[in-house]
Amino acid sequence: MTKLTIPLLATLVSLTLASGPTLAGSEDVVVEDAWARASIGVNRPGAAYMTIRNTGDEAVTLTGISTPLAMMPEIHESKTNAAGVSSMAPAGEITIAPGEAAELAPGGLHAMLMRLQEPMTEGESFALTLTFSDGGEVTVEVPILGIAARGPEG
Amino acid sequence: MRRRTALGYGTAALGAVGLTLFVGWWRVDGPGAPEPSRRLPLPLTEMDFRLTDHEGQPVGPETLVGRPTMVFFGFTFCPDVCPTTLSDISGWLDALGEEAGQMNVVFLSVDPDRDTVEAMAEYVGYFHPAIRGWTGAQDQIARAAEGFRASYERVPTDGGDYTMNHTASVFLFDAAGGFVSMIDYHEPREFAVPKIRRALEEETEGAT
Repeated sequence: MTKLTIPLLATLVSLTLASGPTLAGSEDVVVEDAWARASIGVNRPGAAYMTIRNTGDEAVTLTGISTPLAMMPEIHESKTNAAGVSSMAPAGEITIAPGEAAELAPGGLHAMLMRLQEPMTEGESFALTLTFSDGGEVTVEVPILGIAARGPEG
Repeated sequence: MRRRTALGYGTAALGAVGLTLFVGWWRVDGPGAPEPSRRLPLPLTEMDFRLTDHEGQPVGPETLVGRPTMVFFGFTFCPDVCPTTLSDISGWLDALGEEAGQMNVVFLSVDPDRDTVEAMAEYVGYFHPAIRGWTGAQDQIARAAEGFRASYERVPTDGGDYTMNHTASVFLFDAAGGFVSMIDYHEPREFAVPKIRRALEEETEGAT
């Protein structure tokens, strides 16, 4: 553990030094394992999932999302209470601490794509832009998997 | 500087752990604890409701008696929880293999205004072929939910749309229609599949 940590820390420190003085860090955001489920037509909202990793040393705050695919994209969160009742509501802004990641996964946080402009077709992909509080943006290409997909592997 | 930051995070992490423990106590043993004992579903033989399946056939609780049954509530405009439950169930049924063919599997809509018979037919076609979609009149769906002790609620969203809060558990009944157990939302397969096997086995016991 320690053997691994020291070189890792050294690498992180040298990376930070090499990149010079940073602002609020959205350039250190890495998006992994993005995927979405296919939709049936355009009337039902779609959902997309991904891991948003903050590799920097400043907290970053995700303030919104946009995509040409949907007029009203929003980060939502599903919750299931002690009585087994599931509900869903806008998640608001999401702050990701340095070295941490926000997991958008089934049954929790997800990019809810309302007002689809075209059907989400399996095998295709679409661009999704994440906007952060420092004004930075990260655009990711999201592959569309089958409607019954359970994760980024299908 | 870096050490001080690390200390700060350490303190914050400790605080977070403390808060988590407190919240856990509050919700489990403290004043925020839920009412004890969720009411259990009635046996299917004591329920009474009339609905239509996704092929347009009239159905009711008696349709399910005679084979083990899995029922869950949802709606097809649900982007996250419902397709996830349907995918989970499809995975459980795949894991059960041929045994799955002996079961009734019903996806019961809580949103009949949007979930017409045609909408249900289109939707369930994307999942395991054993899954049937049931919908119908609001009052009949309310009676079904009462029998299963399930709840649902229409919630307005931005832009004039609405979503549905609903019980996301999967209900299991034996072939005689007796309630066996419940699979909670997103329960791992290694717990879910044995529960389904139990419902299947109680059928064998009932038959001998």
